[in-house]
Amino acid sequence: MSFFSFGQSAEIDIVLNDAETRKKVEHKTEDGKKDKYFLFYDGETVSGKVNITLKNPGKRLEHQGIKIEFIGQIELYYDRGNHHEFVSLVKDLARPGEMTQSQTFDFEFTHVEKPYESYTGQNVKLRYFLRATVSRRLNDISKEMDIVVHTLSTYPELNSSIKMEVGIEDCLHIEFEYNKSKYHLKDVIVGKIYFLLVRIKIKHMEIDIIKRETTGTGPNVYHENDTIAKYEIMDGAPVRGESIPIRLFLAGYEMTPTMRDINKKFSVRYYLNLVLIDEEERRYFKQQEIILWRKGDIVRKSMSHQAAIASQRFEGSASAERALAQAKEDND
Amino acid sequence: MSEPTVADTRRLNSKPQDLTDAYGPPSNFLEIDVYDPQTIGVGRNRFTTYEVRMRTNLPIFKLKESCVRRRYSDFEWLKNELERDSKIVVPPLPGKALKRQLPFRGDEGIFEESFIEERRVGLEQFINRIAGHPLAQNERCLHMFLQEESIDRNYIPGKV
Repeated sequence: MSFFSFGQSAEIDIVLNDAETRKKVEHKTEDGKKDKYFLFYDGETVSGKVNITLKNPGKRLEHQGIKIEFIGQIELYYDRGNHHEFVSLVKDLARPGEMTQSQTFDFEFTHVEKPYESYTGQNVKLRYFLRATVSRRLNDISKEMDIVVHTLSTYPELNSSIKMEVGIEDCLHIEFEYNKSKYHLKDVIVGKIYFLLVRIKIKHMEIDIIKRETTGTGPNVYHENDTIAKYEIMDGAPVRGESIPIRLFLAGYEMTPTMRDINKKFSVRYYLNLVLIDEEERRYFKQQEIILWRKGDIVRKSMSHQAAIASQRFEGSASAERALAQAKEDND
Repeated sequence: MSEPTVADTRRLNSKPQDLTDAYGPPSNFLEIDVYDPQTIGVGRNRFTTYEVRMRTNLPIFKLKESCVRRRYSDFEWLKNELERDSKIVVPPLPGKALKRQLPFRGDEGIFEESFIEERRVGLEQFINRIAGHPLAQNERCLHMFLQEESIDRNYIPGKV
């Protein structure tokens, strides 16, 4: 930041080469607002131009070097000073010297590894961004551009159902079943609750989705629980032998994939909480973890060659290979 | 180009319900009435008792029907026992009404009809809330309160 209006200053602008075709997605910012950012996948190249515009035409801009960085970092809110960078790439754009007029520099970070999904949570933030810097003796001029990264998975080979009998001895026995243990973000939870013994007066039953964000390690572990959804599945008193169906569409809720021990810094896990409430407002519940994963979008004809490579890494299906061939045809 | 797959949302298979279960009496039948207040004694040694009648089919209670007479201080005793021994959050009793027990009131004090009715309702709510609690159902004091003729304050506390 420059407090003096003497001398020269500059404005930095970062523009991606594929800004016209690349998809943008909404992502929550720290203060809860939603903004749109360019979407990248693991392995994709990040390339573009850095435009440096001199504010006072005619005056020179002396600098100690111009560079652009691609950073992936984890920021814990209670420890703001320390950013944990897990990806850090740099490209020098200009050696120390002086600029006499506005200039544009090209850059390319080829096949960048982006191992984790972008995440903005209650106590932790994982973000990827480009940062262009004009170094100067007293104060640097820099500009950041955030991007969002999604991690994709395919249908898991093993996806067993969850089936369990739980209860309070002599009072309440139920058997609950969920059709899978791993669900993608647009999936449907299909299940049922079977009543084996009902000696309490139940008023209604609901299923909640709970997100648990865990930060810190060892003795300083902190869990932040957030109820994402409450969905009533039964109203009224059940008796023995009754079966209550569950059909819960996940696409309507804002969720992320399950993130386990990311860079040893944080985890985001999801749980289904089955809650029975009796006539005196007493609550009986059983929590069960589910794994959430992100499915790649339908491969479209107009998809870029790069994105087709990225989706092939994860889809591995005949349709993706076809799309790859198609995209190559289009681009050739 | 791949077709979007539609998720299979059909219900999971379940056992058909036995008709005797579906239409039979529920296994959670528990009703407790607090009624028929009677004021016993004369002058300063008067007190009010209430009939506590219980009907249930829960196996944990020895008697399927019972009828006993209890006074307010018996309910207080039960509340204290449960607060000490059980892990439940015991609901509140209707008030002690100490002000009503002071002399020189214009009315009958704690033997006023409207007050007795208010207290009766509160005691009924209290006992129904407790008796339905799975953790309170284990306590000897609750069973003694509901199903034994008189309360033995020197009993040995414990679980059923």
